[in-house]
Amino acid sequence: MKFLETLGRYCILMGKVFSRPEKWGIYYRRTIAELDQLGVGSMALTAIISVFIGAVITIQMAITLDTPFIPQMMIGYATKETMILEFSSTVIAIILAGKVGSNIASEIGTMRITEQIDALEIMGVNSAAYLILPKIIATMIFFPFLAAFSMIVGMFGGFLVARMGVMLPSDYIDGLLYYFDSYEITYSLVKMTVFAFLITSISGFYGYYAKGNSLEVGRASTTAVVVSSIMIMIFNLLLTQLMR
Amino acid sequence: MIKCENIFKSFEGRTVLNDISVTFETGKTNLIIGRSGSGKTVLLKTLVGLHEPDEGEIYFDDTCYTKLSFKQRKAIRKDIGMIFQGGALIDASTVYENVKLPLDLFTEQSEAEKRERVEFCLERVELSHAPHLYPSELSGGMIKRAAIARAIVLNPRYLFCDEPNSGLDPQTSIVIDNLIQSITREYNITTIINTHDMNSVMEIGEKIVYIHTGYKWWEGTKEDILYADNKELNDFVFASAMAKRARGK
Ligand SMILES: Nc1ncnc2c1ncn2[C@@H]1O[C@H](COP(=O)(O)OP(=O)(O)OP(=O)(O)O)[C@@H](O)[C@H]1O
Ligand SMILES: [Mg+2]
Repeated sequence: MKFLETLGRYCILMGKVFSRPEKWGIYYRRTIAELDQLGVGSMALTAIISVFIGAVITIQMAITLDTPFIPQMMIGYATKETMILEFSSTVIAIILAGKVGSNIASEIGTMRITEQIDALEIMGVNSAAYLILPKIIATMIFFPFLAAFSMIVGMFGGFLVARMGVMLPSDYIDGLLYYFDSYEITYSLVKMTVFAFLITSISGFYGYYAKGNSLEVGRASTTAVVVSSIMIMIFNLLLTQLMR
Repeated sequence: MIKCENIFKSFEGRTVLNDISVTFETGKTNLIIGRSGSGKTVLLKTLVGLHEPDEGEIYFDDTCYTKLSFKQRKAIRKDIGMIFQGGALIDASTVYENVKLPLDLFTEQSEAEKRERVEFCLERVELSHAPHLYPSELSGGMIKRAAIARAIVLNPRYLFCDEPNSGLDPQTSIVIDNLIQSITREYNITTIINTHDMNSVMEIGEKIVYIHTGYKWWEGTKEDILYADNKELNDFVFASAMAKRARGK
């Protein structure tokens, strides 16, 4: 019952967010700012995590596949597939839910409890659209790019440990180039676009309806991260069934 | 003139406003006073349409605000300026951007025209030196003044102020009070101010409404208030030593 009520309120809020904006110019400028803050601002974290995970996967695969029956290049191939299919979209999305989701929920939640949202409403602004829409657009544009970035950096991480002597770098490169299916990348980027929408809209929702004091804002931002992470998992399953 | 008739408002079954009818006059500083939690903020937010009243009508001059559609309300919102209890400046924007925002939203002016208007308003509240600062870099009084500048930038016909001088020292309070009063007279605005500060009441209370536990308990002028025959109002008024002395004289 509680779930249906929350879902209903979420849908009503999304209706407000996607109603026709009054003035495009303002939204354009805010979207550019959000691209920088939410998108570019997440590149460093994405790079660090991806390079280490790419390295670790390569080491693990090198240990697991250490038999004469499997060609060494399969290590590179396995690293590539893990990165492209799941890590760079789903796992990076979960990490971004933690970083970007909590940021959005606490920012909007603070604006709610300090009456900044009321102030916007008084100025005749559709505050839901004004605050949430630029973030949704910015993340849906930029997160797929982050996923692609993560794939490349992750494979580079694998290459680094290969160079350090885990395996022959040339075998690793052969593995990366072996059986290249561009649909896998499309699949991963589409998933990331959906995840971006989930993270931003859910976090925006919990922030927008925050009330009370800073404790409640903290709670709202925790809820936002938990719920977006669960939704990412559910949609990951659904999309995988649908697209593969 | 702003008039409300028989306003009721409750939250989750708890009634906060009980049958409030008041007329607030144009060109005057109308004060709503009452203890903390008596319902002042809720009344103010109901008047501007941030809360929907459960019952009752609100008139802005001759227009019945409560009957308007969302679109029609927007036209009136353009004439409303509001100063919130905590200032409610947008944290992510500088003072200049905060004051400019209503112009961006409501007008088609060029950047140069907007700059001129913003600079004029900042000068009016003596903030010409601080347009580039962010709200976190301002003192309490500066926040209030920036909020006033933002509220008057569109030349409002109605000005709502929720405790404009709470948390300020007495001198700064008087500066803010006088600023609001002079703007009110200069542009013939209908101004409504929430306060629990007796200094403000005696300084600028041209019309005073006392709210007690969600009821309109008393209304009158600052001349009457010291001699009113009303226990709760007297308790409120004479809780401050200054008012006691004034009555003693
Ligand atoms: N959104 C809300 N939901 C539920 N109850 C509310 C809400 N807003 C206000 N109230 C309740 O209404 C009552 C009046 O609150 P209000 O904020 O109007 O007081 P106030 O007179 O402005 O007090 P103060 O001088 O401290 O600002 C309080 O008891 C408060 O708990
Ligand atoms: Mg209040």
